[in-house]
Amino acid sequence: MPPLFVDRRGLLMGASALAFAPRIAFAAAATDRRFVFVIQRGAADGLQMLMPVGDPAFAAARGALAQDAATATKLDAMFALHAAMPEVARLYAGGQALFAHAIASPYRDRSHFDGQNVLETGGTAAYQQRSGWMNRLLALLPAQEAQAIAVSATIPMALRGDREVASYAPSSLPDASDDLLRRVTALYEGDRQLHAIWSEAMQTRMLAGDLSGGGGRAGADTGALAAKLLAPADGARIAMIETGGWDTHTGQRQRSAAQLKGLDALIASLRTGLGPLWDRTVVLVATEFGRTVAVNGTGGTDHGQASAALLLGGGVKGGRILADWPGLALAALYEGRDLKPTAALDAFIAGALAEQFALDPARVGATLFPKALSGPAMSGLVRA
Amino acid sequence: MTPQTIALHRFGLGATPEDRAPDDPRGWVTAQFARFDPRPAPIAATRTALQAAADLVAFQQQRREVRTATSAGATPMAPPPKPADDPELKAQRRALRQDHYAATADARLAAALASDTPFVERMVFFWANHFAVSADKQTVTPLAGAFEFEAIRPHVLGRFGDMLSAVARHPAMLLYLDQAVSVGPDSLRAQRAAMQGRRRGLNENLAREILELHTLGVGSGYTQGDVTEFARALTGWTVAGLGGGGNADLPPGTFLFVPGLHEPGARALLGRRYADDGLAQGQAILNDLAVHRATARHIATKLTRHLAGDQPPAAMVDRVAAAFLSSGGDLPTVYRALVASPEAWAPGPVKFLTPWEWTVAAGRATGQRRVPPGSTLGLLDQLGQPMWRPGQPNGFDDLAATWAGPDAVMRRVEAAQRIAARTPPVDARALAEQLHPGALSAATAQAIARADSPAQALALLLVAPETLRR
Repeated sequence: MPPLFVDRRGLLMGASALAFAPRIAFAAAATDRRFVFVIQRGAADGLQMLMPVGDPAFAAARGALAQDAATATKLDAMFALHAAMPEVARLYAGGQALFAHAIASPYRDRSHFDGQNVLETGGTAAYQQRSGWMNRLLALLPAQEAQAIAVSATIPMALRGDREVASYAPSSLPDASDDLLRRVTALYEGDRQLHAIWSEAMQTRMLAGDLSGGGGRAGADTGALAAKLLAPADGARIAMIETGGWDTHTGQRQRSAAQLKGLDALIASLRTGLGPLWDRTVVLVATEFGRTVAVNGTGGTDHGQASAALLLGGGVKGGRILADWPGLALAALYEGRDLKPTAALDAFIAGALAEQFALDPARVGATLFPKALSGPAMSGLVRA
Repeated sequence: MTPQTIALHRFGLGATPEDRAPDDPRGWVTAQFARFDPRPAPIAATRTALQAAADLVAFQQQRREVRTATSAGATPMAPPPKPADDPELKAQRRALRQDHYAATADARLAAALASDTPFVERMVFFWANHFAVSADKQTVTPLAGAFEFEAIRPHVLGRFGDMLSAVARHPAMLLYLDQAVSVGPDSLRAQRAAMQGRRRGLNENLAREILELHTLGVGSGYTQGDVTEFARALTGWTVAGLGGGGNADLPPGTFLFVPGLHEPGARALLGRRYADDGLAQGQAILNDLAVHRATARHIATKLTRHLAGDQPPAAMVDRVAAAFLSSGGDLPTVYRALVASPEAWAPGPVKFLTPWEWTVAAGRATGQRRVPPGSTLGLLDQLGQPMWRPGQPNGFDDLAATWAGPDAVMRRVEAAQRIAARTPPVDARALAEQLHPGALSAATAQAIARADSPAQALALLLVAPETLRR
């Protein structure tokens, strides 16, 4: 089983995408800064990854999910990190992991696909921007640095746009089942009803990805692959890794633990694979929106608003948690159910990128998030 | 589709490797009437409703005993063990599910896979769903299969009225729609209860659903007054051992008319007066409902939808309703009107298979005969149409919108892969041509031809548009 859920995207697109050969542009780089965006598709629960254990309402509001606090790693008086993320805990202790909590994109509805479109295009509404903010970032970089790659068979929205972007997927043969799915896609191609039904079925399947496969091994393989693509001097400077399986409407405790373990393994193998380049790398982990504060009837949570985002890397001014904490008391919740957004993901991303690539923050904001009303890019996130 | 494949797939249950394209497609359908076996071997081997009822009574008895024992042994410090934990009770509950519910489900599938009268079998499934009971009610679970085998199958080629009467007297229906506990407000039983300070009364559930779902149809003009009058007429119809009728000297599950539960007096509904003849009063109403003009339309509409498409053509509905009325609800006459209707032979596929239909079609296509014990319930659960468990008395929908969904199709693809994996290797290219003679699309033929293994080719055939629709 290939480690990437994005591999299934290739299935959806048909044989041509699977046959996509690695295309990495070779060019001397002016600097050796790297940026990786790990997208958590499916709405990852920031309250489960980074638990506000110091909030008086926490235990009551989170029900059975609060039990994970017992084994979590205390980061400060308010927050504790899920026990499935020892690598991130180490990076935090070493000042290389920076969290932002109660943070969200401008999207305030609850559709995965629309929410991911806003997160990836940098618009304030779905389908408002026609290209992705990562692609527009390339225009701001010196030509020799502007090499980007998607660790997937096709180019995700965040990397789409005028600039050419490569993609790379593991070449191992899909297992029989995935092969059958691809053939069914071809079989239904000319059938209007079944084609529509099947496209939707495959999209849903993509959301239930297998980052958590093999007890974290799938995540580790993905991180190692991405490091291989980023590490060479003539390799890509910017990469995007897609992860799925975060849509935990049921059995969230077990599923989250497996997902977070996979993510932690991905980060660990990325850091190991990059070696000394880790000091010049910034990794952003973010999701389209968060999940409800309360547990639903099936041990899961439903689509919500604010979540947590994470910056990692040797140059990150970490060991901190940025949070204008809104609180979990019922009266403090967004629409009485969700963590209220008090920080703008746009400003967080723009600030990190401006500092990482020594760009004018105002210009980064205007290019990547042209319609954003969230105020200026944040500062003090990454060392110059 | 061709007339041959329409006969095999739309009227039948899908072709088997033994089937040959019929020379006379319409005659192929109607010739099945003479051959139909209401009790084929797999079904004859299952337990009856009376056996299920006996096991149900034993289970209820055991449960009462466990409850009494545990509440007697409780102390403030040691809460009583849950009755559900009693091992004997657990074993009985499991047996009710395995020996009756699961076994009858397997038998239904085995009979459908082997049947050489697939149109009549299709009609059995149609009527069992028309008169739906739902196995999610505990007393119905072990009876649901026997209901189809005892109340539907013997009458599928008889009169609608006889089927209706058999349904209304079967313990599964009497228990499912609460008729078994309905008491006439002025009956002897209610008066006696009132003297002891208890209230016993009417339950309108079965009367309402007979009018709304089984006969006249919703919006056909009957009133709440008609429902109540019908419910009063039906009081006294109950089940020995399991209903409100007490433990008469009859085996549990036997249909029983208890005069002491019956509401005295004549009844008036739908402009007619029914004298108080005890059991005969309710039966007289059923007889009239069975041949009512609105019933004919209601049934004709559903049958037409089943064979000519989700939007039933009005002309065909009229024709089938006329056949129903003129024959007094003689079902073979009604079926002949269906077969004679050109709308049912429209060349495009007109229906998307339900999970049950697809299970049967896939099994027949792969020549399966054996059903692993206990496998049917699980498969149908996974495919999204839990067997005999629609959850509501109106049964499962007969519309593509209900069944043609992303998750449903994905599950069929997964199931197809499993079915293909355990089928002995066949040449799916030849099989596809044989099952859909002259009606196979180029896309399907190509996908099958390009498959990388015989099993994959077969799986693709099982989820091809030709197999998913009829």
